Amino acid sequence: MSKTLFNSGHTACAGCGQSMAARLVVDAAGPNTIVVNNTGCLEVFSTKYPESSWGVPWIHSLFENGAAVASGVESAIKYLGKADTINVIAQGGDGGTADIGLQALSGMLERGHNILYVCFDNEAYENTGIQRSGLTPYGANTTTTPPGAGAKSMGNIRYKKPMPEIANAHGIPYVATASAGFPQDLQRKVKKAISIKGPKYIQVHSPCPLGWRHETSFTIEVAKLAVETGLYPLIEYEFGMISSRRQIIPKPVEEYLKVQGRFKHLFKLPEEIKKIQEIADNNIKKYGLKVEG
Amino acid sequence: MFGPLICKPGASRSNKTGPWRTEFRPKFLKKNCIACNMCLIVCPEACISSQPLALSDGKGALSGQGKNTYDFDPDYCKGCGICAAVCPKQDIEMIKEDPALQKG
Ligand SMILES: Cc1ncc(C[n+]2csc(CCOP(=O)(O)OP(=O)(O)O)c2C)c(N)n1
Ligand code: SF4
Ligand code: SF4
Ligand code: SF4
Ligand SMILES: [Mg+2]
Repeated sequence: MSKTLFNSGHTACAGCGQSMAARLVVDAAGPNTIVVNNTGCLEVFSTKYPESSWGVPWIHSLFENGAAVASGVESAIKYLGKADTINVIAQGGDGGTADIGLQALSGMLERGHNILYVCFDNEAYENTGIQRSGLTPYGANTTTTPPGAGAKSMGNIRYKKPMPEIANAHGIPYVATASAGFPQDLQRKVKKAISIKGPKYIQVHSPCPLGWRHETSFTIEVAKLAVETGLYPLIEYEFGMISSRRQIIPKPVEEYLKVQGRFKHLFKLPEEIKKIQEIADNNIKKYGLKVEG
Repeated sequence: MFGPLICKPGASRSNKTGPWRTEFRPKFLKKNCIACNMCLIVCPEACISSQPLALSDGKGALSGQGKNTYDFDPDYCKGCGICAAVCPKQDIEMIKEDPALQKG
């Protein structure tokens, strides 16, 4: 057994990208950390009372208020004069972050709390049965965006909310996207974030074999393909400006789509796949993702 | 009236998830392992470990993990196959689960 702050015996599905990413995050932050968790898969599978997988103080209150509770924790630590020795991490899923928890998160970012907020983006409300969220990508089959017969019903008709840009627009010192497919890069970003004072936001692409309908052994590969097609750009912003981007030799989006059941229906709708390729192409242009030369 | 409300750190280790494996379990071949550590880093169950090499620089620093010493804990492995998929040396194979070996 290697030493970890996120222990075995949790009840995530086999191959869960979020359980992998959550361990990488807390291990990168280290033992002097307090974690506040929104409701969602991670909260449920890591704290089956009276068991806990966490090796650090951890608290859960509601689905939407992790950022608000963390703001209180950080204020208390400041009052006690311990602000420089304890990290506070608030974390939640994409639904808890970009939809119902957005107000609490915005307040936390605006008030300037010294907190790292981590969004584990598995692109749907997985814990309650794969409903669409604001971070569900275009075309995905979820239980609330089911594809049917004909082009009128092709899965999710809305585009992914630009959450990293929304966080960045608050003028905070650090925003990054990361991926379970690039574990070392994710841990580097967490370490960098906690070394910076003020509010930080990291959004981690975290494959969900159950909701995305991919083989459990593909978790890393699927996450990598999202980055390598340009659909999930890995970017860092420091003080509002892009400070790093992972460059790619772009692969066609089909390579990413075809390994996941949630996009299976699109292979009968080639014009929809074209639209998804346009999303990737726009990202590649906008963020300068293509390797030059 | 109320029991202790605070759980012990890492108490989930009492929940053995090994019996979740249905079809496959990994087999660490221990032939071509280069100790890259990838399998250990990505295992969602945090159930892969390795033997650190003996302290070799005389100053107490570990010189890295030992090659061909990586293995998994059947008490927690759910058989996802991610370790075998990431191993750059194909030194982990997924083999048929043997119910007699399925601990938990
Ligand atoms: C106010 C409120 N509404 C609804 C729920 C039910 N609920 C629990 S978890 C969850 C989905 C969480 O989705 P997400 O934040 O994306 O996390 P995931 O489970 O996908 O990791 C919902 C809707 C709740 N707990 N509280
Ligand atoms: S539903 Fe998805 S996110 Fe939730 S535990 Fe299962 S694999 Fe992980
Ligand atoms: S099969 Fe999955 S759970 Fe088992 S050791 Fe490999 S990565 Fe870990
Ligand atoms: S991934 Fe393969 S080569 Fe790397 S440490 Fe594990 S068994 Fe060894
Ligand atoms: Mg989610």
